[in-house]
Amino acid sequence: MKELIWLVPLLPLAGFLIVSLGKSYLSKNLSGIIASTMVLGSFLLALGIFFDISGSKEKSFTVNLFEWIATGDFKVNIAFLIDPLSAIMLLIITGVGFLIHLYSMGYMHDDEGYAKFFSYLNLFVFFMLLLVLGDNYLLMFAGWEGVGLASYLLIGFWFKNSSYNDAAKKAFIVNRIGDLGFILGIFLIYITFGSIQYSNVFSEALNLKESEPAIVAATLLLFIGAMGKSAQIPLYTWLPDAMAGPTPVSALIHAATMVTAGVYMIARSNILYSLSPETLQFVAIIGGVTAVFAASIGIFQNDIKKVLAYSTVSQLGYMFLALGVGAFTGGVFHLMTHAFFKALLFLGAGSVIHAMSGEQDIRKMGGLRKKIPVTFITFLIGTIAISGIPPFSGFFSKDEILAHAYEVSPFFWVLGVLGSMMTTFYMFRLLFVTFFGSFRGTEEQKHHLHESPKTMTIPLIVLAVLATIAGFAGIPDIMVHDGHWLESFLHPVFKGSEAFTHGHKMSHSMEWILMGATVLITVLMLLFAYTKFVKNNNVPAGDEKKQGFLPNLLANKYYVDELYNAIITKPLNALSGFTYKFMELKGVDFIVNGTGNAIVWISGVARRVQSGNTGFYIFAMVVSIIVILVINLFNK
Amino acid sequence: METLQAIPLNHYILLSAALFSIGVMGVLLRRNAIIIFMCIELMLNAVNLLMVAFSAHHGDGKGQVFVFFIMAVAAAEVAVGLSILIMIHRNTNTTDIGFLNKLKF
Repeated sequence: MKELIWLVPLLPLAGFLIVSLGKSYLSKNLSGIIASTMVLGSFLLALGIFFDISGSKEKSFTVNLFEWIATGDFKVNIAFLIDPLSAIMLLIITGVGFLIHLYSMGYMHDDEGYAKFFSYLNLFVFFMLLLVLGDNYLLMFAGWEGVGLASYLLIGFWFKNSSYNDAAKKAFIVNRIGDLGFILGIFLIYITFGSIQYSNVFSEALNLKESEPAIVAATLLLFIGAMGKSAQIPLYTWLPDAMAGPTPVSALIHAATMVTAGVYMIARSNILYSLSPETLQFVAIIGGVTAVFAASIGIFQNDIKKVLAYSTVSQLGYMFLALGVGAFTGGVFHLMTHAFFKALLFLGAGSVIHAMSGEQDIRKMGGLRKKIPVTFITFLIGTIAISGIPPFSGFFSKDEILAHAYEVSPFFWVLGVLGSMMTTFYMFRLLFVTFFGSFRGTEEQKHHLHESPKTMTIPLIVLAVLATIAGFAGIPDIMVHDGHWLESFLHPVFKGSEAFTHGHKMSHSMEWILMGATVLITVLMLLFAYTKFVKNNNVPAGDEKKQGFLPNLLANKYYVDELYNAIITKPLNALSGFTYKFMELKGVDFIVNGTGNAIVWISGVARRVQSGNTGFYIFAMVVSIIVILVINLFNK
Repeated sequence: METLQAIPLNHYILLSAALFSIGVMGVLLRRNAIIIFMCIELMLNAVNLLMVAFSAHHGDGKGQVFVFFIMAVAAAEVAVGLSILIMIHRNTNTTDIGFLNKLKF
């Protein structure tokens, strides 16, 4: 099976080419079916590879395909690395990717850009697979940029709306900032280790001592890339705007896969990060703060997709918190469970939007649970899972992160629990306002309300099942001894960094207490949301009616966009206005136009010489010849 | 050969220079196209004469062969030049180059 690894990314690429080039020949349904089949094929292959890996003793394979770049000492191959980490990522990308392709066949059915949409989705899957499969940083970077491109194309998919285009450009530009850090990090790694291939870099790195400046700098630079791609403070502002894209895109790219690329990158480079505790601490702080910060914004959002977007930023913060405290397995575990329940929530939101004929404001919904029962139940499961109520998947991954955070510092634990509280509140607020109470939309919408077609509900059900059971892949030690399958599976990838983890193991009773406290707080928040939104039937007020300083601040997202606008965009605009007026118009243009004008004037004078008088021409000729002769005479 | 060598080379050079100068002055000063044309021939032949004289002086036949070539080419050139002059005369009824001033800025 391992020899067929090249087919895994190739199938979606072929799908992209077939669907995009054959757009005008293929029927609408056929292009969707081709695209979905390609991803399904990749999924089946990935499944085979996964069983190969878990069955064999040897846990890491490199499949060399061909030489890509070779200049002097610098050699890069197109080579794929198969190990437990990339096998898990492959399954998530192709599995969730296939479900979302299936869902899109229903969701995008009436869209005129149907084939284009599927070709972009396939392109995205191809680049994402390249990102996780590459065996060197440059190949990862190629995939990294490729998913950025696919994300840009899909956010601006409905390009006739100029604000959607602006959102796409924002995502692209903010990601460029991160990518600059990422590529500088790669340069630094090449300078330090003389190679960018993972195996060489990591074995070389072990020869260096801890906190070597080069490693600290390289890991920080790589993390800047992760900040951009995975929407962490301060580069998270693009992700909420990215909700302009079609909902399946939000589910696939901006929740389940692409935004977790940063988490994958750090998990992949775990040895480098373990060698640099300073960076790890920085990662943990950024992650923890982002988790709380984004969750607090989510509380006052009224757009169903915006709530989920901030929730994604917050959950990504959790993953980085996990990585930062050295719980690499926990980070990947949460990545996996999050991919399931967040894709589920987004697809559920898409189903709600579909039923509401495009309405996204939860204040205009309400009472939907009777009308769209499948969506309601799956959405409920997703909400429970993300809130971390046992035994749903989110509980296990979140608990593992919190336990490790507590081992490193109670401060991180408090951040995590704060984030978790707010997550529970805003998710149940979303659920209650949308599905409970009475319908608040127009008569027309009420008449139109309907459950989504089978192609949309089946992925919802499958994801709901996954969101329920995925947590059992990582049952903590205190419940079932050796119950953490994922940890033992990923052990070969993370064993190199184990020696550097500093946290002290806490006692079992302490772990039980923390777990109980978290669950208790979560349930209390649930009840609070229940009394507020179901018992008292509160409907969130409009933005204009917000009372008090804090709600206002939160509803306006801490004015971060306005802040960036004021401190970065405006000065930049002013600077470019200045350079335009003074350097462009009065400098460059003056010189260029001045040269042109001077030549026009000189030739206007000089052309008088051409009088048409043959005698004068001959005279000029003779004089010139004499002059040439005289010059020659004196030059002798 | 004997008689030629009786005249010193200097005389030939002076004669050629005089002929050439007359040609140049004719080209510069006259306005009749035919006269200018003849003056150009005069310059050409001044050079020819010089070439023949040097050829004899150095006892080398190559110069004389060259002169034959020049004369042949000059004949062809005259044919073309005179036909151009005839066309000019047909079109403008004059051979005065002062009237040929249409090609200007």
